[in-house]
This record gives sequence, structure tokens and C-alpha cells, in this order.
Amino acid sequence: MQHMRTSGPGEEVAALDVGAVSHSYGQKRALNDVSFSIAPATFTVLLGLNGAGKTTLFSLISHLYDTRHGSIRIFGHDIRRASGEALRRVGIVFQARTLDLDLSVYQNLSYHASLHGIGGRDARQRIAALLEAVDMQGRQHDKARSLSGGQMRRIEIARALLHRPSLLLLDEATVGLDIESRAGILATIRKLVQAEGIGVLWATHLIDEVEDADHVVILRRGELVASGKVSDVIRANGGSSIRETFSKLSRVDAAGMAETSP
Amino acid sequence: MSAPAMPGKLAGIMPVRSEPFGLRHYLICLKGVVLRECLRFLHQRERFISSLVRPLVWLFIFAAGFRQVLGVSIIPPYKTYVLYEVYITPGLCGMILLFSGMQSSLSMVYDREMGNMRILLVSPFPRWFLLVSKMLAGVAVSIVQVYAFLIVAWLWGVKAPPLGYLYVLPALFLSGMMLCALGMLLSSLIKQLENFAGIMNFVIFPGYFASPALYPLWRIQEASPLLYKICLCNPFTYAVELIRFAFYGQIEWLSLGVVAGCTLLFLGGAIIAYDPSRGLVIRKQDMGGNA
Repeated sequence: MQHMRTSGPGEEVAALDVGAVSHSYGQKRALNDVSFSIAPATFTVLLGLNGAGKTTLFSLISHLYDTRHGSIRIFGHDIRRASGEALRRVGIVFQARTLDLDLSVYQNLSYHASLHGIGGRDARQRIAALLEAVDMQGRQHDKARSLSGGQMRRIEIARALLHRPSLLLLDEATVGLDIESRAGILATIRKLVQAEGIGVLWATHLIDEVEDADHVVILRRGELVASGKVSDVIRANGGSSIRETFSKLSRVDAAGMAETSP
Repeated sequence: MSAPAMPGKLAGIMPVRSEPFGLRHYLICLKGVVLRECLRFLHQRERFISSLVRPLVWLFIFAAGFRQVLGVSIIPPYKTYVLYEVYITPGLCGMILLFSGMQSSLSMVYDREMGNMRILLVSPFPRWFLLVSKMLAGVAVSIVQVYAFLIVAWLWGVKAPPLGYLYVLPALFLSGMMLCALGMLLSSLIKQLENFAGIMNFVIFPGYFASPALYPLWRIQEASPLLYKICLCNPFTYAVELIRFAFYGQIEWLSLGVVAGCTLLFLGGAIIAYDPSRGLVIRKQDMGGNA
């Protein structure tokens, strides 16, 4: 049975639709009534300081945690009721390193391909093309353990793209990397949006990773405080730059909510 | 790192595929999970050596030393007196399966802590299928270890009927499934890798010693009726007996029933535990743990 939200004529199905999602760890509330949506083929930055709820939100979107309050839809497929259909459309790069260090680059990618039902020549071709796309060709037989942090991230990005996702989720993908590696990975992902039309949700606490053309979703202590185009968010909050606006909205004593339509 | 030239390089690779998964896709997934487990096993040579040395120490030292002390009368499936080494061989096969099953539970806890488990859990295949695949992978590795042990035992002169090596395969498979399912269920209960020592103390050792792996049940009954009752409640008892009878081409029906039933029970528990909407993993996420 398909659990897909129907759209009206001409209405575009959102790549990601988060509706009134709340989540608690025991008595501690990590997310409170968070709602936003992401259009296909857009680069959206999920901004928030440490502890804002970004990783919890990622765990809910990727169905590692159960969404007990609210709903999450990926291209119209409910993550609870049709998790398989939803997860087929998502590529995920987790904040923590998730490569198997004892296996080679190729073995790691091949394992992931099989987890999405891709095998044989199809898998080999995609692995080769994606390794080239992330500038890691010729390294397929290297043990993951022998790679640098930036190289591991590139392999994880290649892995997240292996099954042809339409939405890519990256949770603090540049944490722990040097400036050059950060810039390279960010540029790679931005080019993907342009060239392949993949929607991206890029979670970070680093404001310099936001560009004027991006969309932003700003979380503060589990609450959504702003969402929309960068220029709209700046204007709605009376700031002069996204840095200033983020700083203002992230303050613990910041009062009120400022939200613009995405 | 310079930004790679992306446009065009992924042409033909990125379009969304939406056809439903068929049997072929499921088999690809299963093969991938089994292959990964085998590769991990091959890369951890010390794991293979220790899995082989452990039962061999029991066979070469313990059995040789206790041969004269622990007499074994003629009990089914044996039709003649057998050497003590022959008697404990099925139990040692069970020991390998038991340790291997628990090792796979350790591997799942490790994967969860290291983050590798997330890659498995965000696969679009049904969670039950992923867990069964993981279990089959663990069983495949266990059976390889058992046959490696049996080869060394055969060279040492401890031999079963030739066809017994074939007959025992289904028994090893089913017993391995039960112990891997138990390991998987336990892995959902263990929050941290360090807690695995508890598994050694509370599952592996009691499970092994309170069974007919080293001494027949009638001897246990003579020594301690209470221990005998405990042995009868231990699923590992039935796994050992199932393997023992299978070596001689016989089916011990009670053991088969108990092992099959426990396999379903443990597997069902593990599937519930790893289901984010119903399981124990929720309790962990309530506590801030990783799924």
C-alpha cells in the first residue's frame, strides 16, 4: 500500500516535508513542533548551534528514531508507513564516521550498493563513476583506515549517492576537516544540486557555509526560529547579514519566532 | 581538496529509480551482508584462530585428561562405547556456534557504537529482512569455523561416520540460527560495548556448562537433580543434542522442536527490539543512546 500524500494539479511534491515534529529523550525535549519543507533540487542549510536538535532531526528523517509526534514525508512517502519507499529516495552522510575501517573503499561502497539492491556490473559502474566524481579514483583498493578525514567524507558522499537518491542529507559533514577540505566538499555538493537536481539538507553550525542563494532552516534549542530563503530570513529579522541574523536568533534569550515561507 | 568537476560525470547515474524491489534485489542484499561478514571475519585472523584454538584446547587437553575420569556409558545415539573425545565433539561444535553467535552480537554492538549499524538500518529493505540477513551471515561464518575444527579433530583421530559430516550441516545451521538470534536479541539490550563481559558471565559460561556438552544428562541428574532441571530449561542443551544425533544420521525430534521454536522466539524478539516504532531501541533513544 502506498502512503503518499496526493498533490493537487500543478502542485510540486516536496522533497522533504517535516510537519509538527516533536521528540523527547525522557523528560528532555529535543525538538518541539518543528515544521518546514524543502523543494526538490534546492540547497537548504539546517543551521543550529550544538544541541539545537539537528542530529535528532536527522535520526528521525532517516527512520533511526521513530517519529511519534508529527509526520515526516520524503517525496510524499511517509517515513513511518512507507519507510522503504522514503529511504530509497534519500542518501545520508552521518556526522559520525560510518565507513568500516577494516574493509577497502570498494568493499564499503559495494556493501552499501547491495543494501539498496544494486549488484554486479551496475554496482561496479556506479562505484567507478562516483569515485571519479569525488576525485577518489584509483583509491578503491585502499583500506578505509588509511584515508584522511576529508577523503573518508568524500567516500561517504559517494556512498550516499550510489543508489541515485533525490534528496541528500548531510549532518555536519565538514566537522573536523581543514578549511580546504571543507570548501571542496561543500563545492562538490553544491555542484550536485546544480548538475543533477538533487535536493540537499546540509546541517551545520558554521555560518560561513551559507550562501545568499540558499534556503535556511534555523533551529534553536529544538525549536524552529526561522525558515526560508536567506534574503527573506534576513529581512524578516531586521538583520544585515545571515551571520548577524543567525547570531541574533540563536541567542538563548531571543524572543519570539520569525518565520517566512520557504 | 579542490572541487572536482561534477557536471556531466554522473550523467546517466543519478536519475531516480522507482521500480519495486524483486527477489533479485533481496538476494543482492543478502549476498552483500553475508559477504561483508565473511570479509570482516577474514580480516580478523586472530578471531578465526581463537575460535579454532578454544575447542581444540578442550579436545586435546581437557578431553585427554578427563577420558579416564568421566566414563560415558552407551547412550543414544551411540551404539558402542565411545571415546570421551568423540562424546564432547558435538558439544564443542555447539561451543563454536555459541561463541560465534555471541560474537555476532558483539559485532552488532560494535557496529552500533561505531556508526556502521546506521548504514544497515537506513537501507530501504524491511528491517526484519536485514536482521535475518545479518543472522544468516553470522551462521555462515560459524559453520566455516565448525568445519575447520572438525577437520583438525579428524586429523587428531576423532572421527564421526563419513556421512555424519553432511548430515550435521542442517543441525549446525538451525542451532547457529538460534544462537545468532539470541545474540542479536542480546545486542539490542546491551547499551555499551563494555557490557559484553556480562554476556560472557551470564550467557556463554552458564549456557555451556549447564548442558550435555561435556557430560551426559544422566550423569548430571545423578549428581544434582536441580542442575538437571536447569539443563532441561537451557536451549543450548537441545542444540547440542540435535548436533550429536545428526552426526549419526538421526533426528532428535524434541531437540529439533525446541531449537526451531527458540529460533523463532529469539528472532521475533530481535525484530521487535530493532523496530524503531515498537522496540527496545526506543528506550535507548529515550535515554539519548544511538539506535
